[in-house]
Amino acid sequence: MASNATSKPSQNGSLNSAVPEGPLPEKWTRYKAKAKLINPANKRKFSVIVVGSGLAGGAAAATLSELGYQVKCFCYQDSPRRAHSIAAQGGINGAKNYQNDGDSVWRLFYDTIKGGDFRSREANVHRLAEISLQIIDQCVAQGVPFAREYGGALANRSFGGAQVSRTFYARGQTGQQLLLGCYQALEKEIAKGGVKMYTRTEMLDLVVVDGHAKGIVVRDLVTGEITSHAADAVILATGGYGNVFFLSTNAMGCNVTAALRANKRGAYMANPCFTQIHPTCIPVSGDYQSKLTLMSESLRNDGRIWVPKSKEDAAKIRNGELKATDIPEDARDYFLERKYPSFGNLAPRDISSRSAKEACDEGRGVAKTGLGVYLDFSDAIKRLGKDTIKARYGNLFQMYEKISGEDPYELPMKIYPAVHYTMGGLWVDYNLMSNVPGLHVLGEANFSDHGANRLGASALMQGLADGYFVIPATLPSYLAGQKPGSVKTDAPEFKQVEAEVKERINQLMSVKGTKSVDSFHRELGMLVWDKCGMARTEAGLKEALAKIPKIREDFWKNVRVPGTAESTNMELEKAWRVADFIDFAEIMCHDALAREESCGGHFREEYQFTNEDEDVKNGYTNPGEAKRRDEEFAYVSAWEFKGPGVPPVLHKEPLEYEAVELSVRSYK
Amino acid sequence: MNLTLKVWRQSSPNATGRIETYEAKNIPSEASFLEMLDIVNEGIIESGGDPIHFDHDCREGICGACSLAINGVPHSKESGITTCQVHMRKFREGDTIWIEPFRARAFPVIKDLIVDRSAFDRIIAAGGFIDVRTGSAPEANAIPIGKEDADTSFDAATCIGCGACVAACKNASAMLFVGAKAAHLNILPQGHTEKDHRVLAMVRQMDAEGFGNCTNQYECEAVCPKEISADVISKLNRDYAAAAVREAVAD
Repeated sequence: MASNATSKPSQNGSLNSAVPEGPLPEKWTRYKAKAKLINPANKRKFSVIVVGSGLAGGAAAATLSELGYQVKCFCYQDSPRRAHSIAAQGGINGAKNYQNDGDSVWRLFYDTIKGGDFRSREANVHRLAEISLQIIDQCVAQGVPFAREYGGALANRSFGGAQVSRTFYARGQTGQQLLLGCYQALEKEIAKGGVKMYTRTEMLDLVVVDGHAKGIVVRDLVTGEITSHAADAVILATGGYGNVFFLSTNAMGCNVTAALRANKRGAYMANPCFTQIHPTCIPVSGDYQSKLTLMSESLRNDGRIWVPKSKEDAAKIRNGELKATDIPEDARDYFLERKYPSFGNLAPRDISSRSAKEACDEGRGVAKTGLGVYLDFSDAIKRLGKDTIKARYGNLFQMYEKISGEDPYELPMKIYPAVHYTMGGLWVDYNLMSNVPGLHVLGEANFSDHGANRLGASALMQGLADGYFVIPATLPSYLAGQKPGSVKTDAPEFKQVEAEVKERINQLMSVKGTKSVDSFHRELGMLVWDKCGMARTEAGLKEALAKIPKIREDFWKNVRVPGTAESTNMELEKAWRVADFIDFAEIMCHDALAREESCGGHFREEYQFTNEDEDVKNGYTNPGEAKRRDEEFAYVSAWEFKGPGVPPVLHKEPLEYEAVELSVRSYK
Repeated sequence: MNLTLKVWRQSSPNATGRIETYEAKNIPSEASFLEMLDIVNEGIIESGGDPIHFDHDCREGICGACSLAINGVPHSKESGITTCQVHMRKFREGDTIWIEPFRARAFPVIKDLIVDRSAFDRIIAAGGFIDVRTGSAPEANAIPIGKEDADTSFDAATCIGCGACVAACKNASAMLFVGAKAAHLNILPQGHTEKDHRVLAMVRQMDAEGFGNCTNQYECEAVCPKEISADVISKLNRDYAAAAVREAVAD
């Protein structure tokens, strides 16, 4: 496969990933040496649309503007500073090896591949690990106030799933500080005139002209006006689809609309069943609940996770007869330390989440609902003192107390897994271009770097890598073949898509049913959480696939959207997004059903290790662990939309590993 | 819990607003304030009305979108939290709660409780950044920064741009917001080179947007959900005075 090749499905239906030639550690260097360039005088003739203003979109918009392109950037929030990257707490990985503890680009690469359970694209992941070094430099130069040692050097901590300390952090607000750096760079370019920013503006569809992505149709969320925007290339950096589950740690507005609309216009949706359930969230307390709150995974560095050994003790805790502190040491089950002695409470997210679910399924959960385990700091407070713990996690403890009303310095926190991040997304090649030429996808919205499970502190890294360093280098390989400004919004394709968007809005407004948008979202979310959440089965997925069309039918018959479409109307915004989530849920369940193996965040109950397996007999892994089937399933699944109500068609990109040997993922 | 809500309703930027009364019934005390409004809105929608519009997104106190004045206080009487972090257990059965938008001339109402805070973006665009082109950064550990400076800078950098400081100020001054950004960047060695330009440009933009003057009442500090100290305002005044003198001398 040659570098810079335009990726199109090949004749046999497989996908061309356009990975450059050469040994893995040299691919990115060689790519950059040979990549096409656009001369400075021509750059300003090219226009680029960036949808989303988080770490990936904001970084891309600012950097492409610095290079001289004319950029239009869109976000649904009232300011680009509010994109959901802002909520990331824990940190960002960088293979600097400042701690001299044996880290390297190779080790970060390998940890990411292994953490992703060998379902990510090797060349993309290696590039990500290489770029991790530049990202830290760039952020520090922008004034991101990372934690520092007394001598003035940058501090690091270890983070879920890693045995080295490579995570840079800014208290529990790393995402906020990185995004503000990115937002300030973006505002600087807006002031210089390189970026035109459209806030409170939502992309509702993609416009494809002669097979190339050339624009978008948007709705002004204040006036309701529908308009078209044309450009020489379109970049989606629209985040993940965790809100398909209704309850997640995502912001209320996070949605799958841009990605799903692109899918309906021809772009393939890759590995949608790879969703990440984060182990440390505050448990659900009631059905009025609108979202779940994450407690940073960094808490697992000092907190010990446990449930009572006996169901009886757990039941007494649930009905208030006993408190956590009443349970003696020998009656507690520190289940992660027991099952994974070398990683203990730092075991990867998918493993930690599933272990908590198992403990609760056995009746040993400690929250009122039965769905909760303890995260206990009493040992750490004894060992290090309250002040040290307060310095490390003060704001997180405060947040916990505000929400739960309990003081975590006195009683252990209660936590339970919740949907947090989605590894799947639109299929992209090495250039981050989808199979629709001109459509590029960055950050959480694409699929390529995290495989079946993302390691902690890697999402921020990937968003910034894609935006600051990858797309500025890869976009010219597409643009060089394009005549700038060749498509304008007066093209019939724009008129057609605009008409379709208006018609769909009209349909939503004219149902005038009796049920609120949220009621449908809640119903859909409960179904997919139950059938396509932490554990999945063939029967459950088939049941979900039978029920989703009924939810859709009910939605389009009975949804109530009040107000008018020609004004600020948050119910209309939600209705459009929920309609898209319903369609998306179907693709996700198809993917989970077709992937007859367990890997990372995708756990099919039919495929797990048992006492009969050699790897269990020789003590390498435990019964109940996820069982991959590499010979049959070491591929990326990429789903093609075939029409409303028609099952999507599966295309496969085989995952070929040159540098890494596929192995059973053991964290024992 | 059962409560009475007095809510500002305004259908569009130029429409006349008014306070309307709603009964919030059977609200779980564990619910957050915004979840209480969700429940009320669901009832309004069921009875065919137009739901109460308000800005919100992350619902965990970091995005800065939520912006309600509850019983006359931006966000909450309780210190250090945003609107979305207010929980109903802090209210009593039968309470009447007044809910209004963040009010300031520079924050025009868009609809109901939603206001336009884009003036803040324009202030940042004027100078609230370090002008470093992607790719031109030196090695991250090349410039050591003392922990104390790093921490002070961080304390200012935690601003979420919500605008509570402006809404709490009788003059609708944005000095805490501007001071926080200026302090974050001016304290760091990376931000030194552009320090003068930064404060002059940001303050001038602030004035052009129609924010008022600071008269040292510290209402801003009291309501700031990130508890940013009014010290950043003193620092801004010092940095501005020095920059203005240098600018005058250079002219």
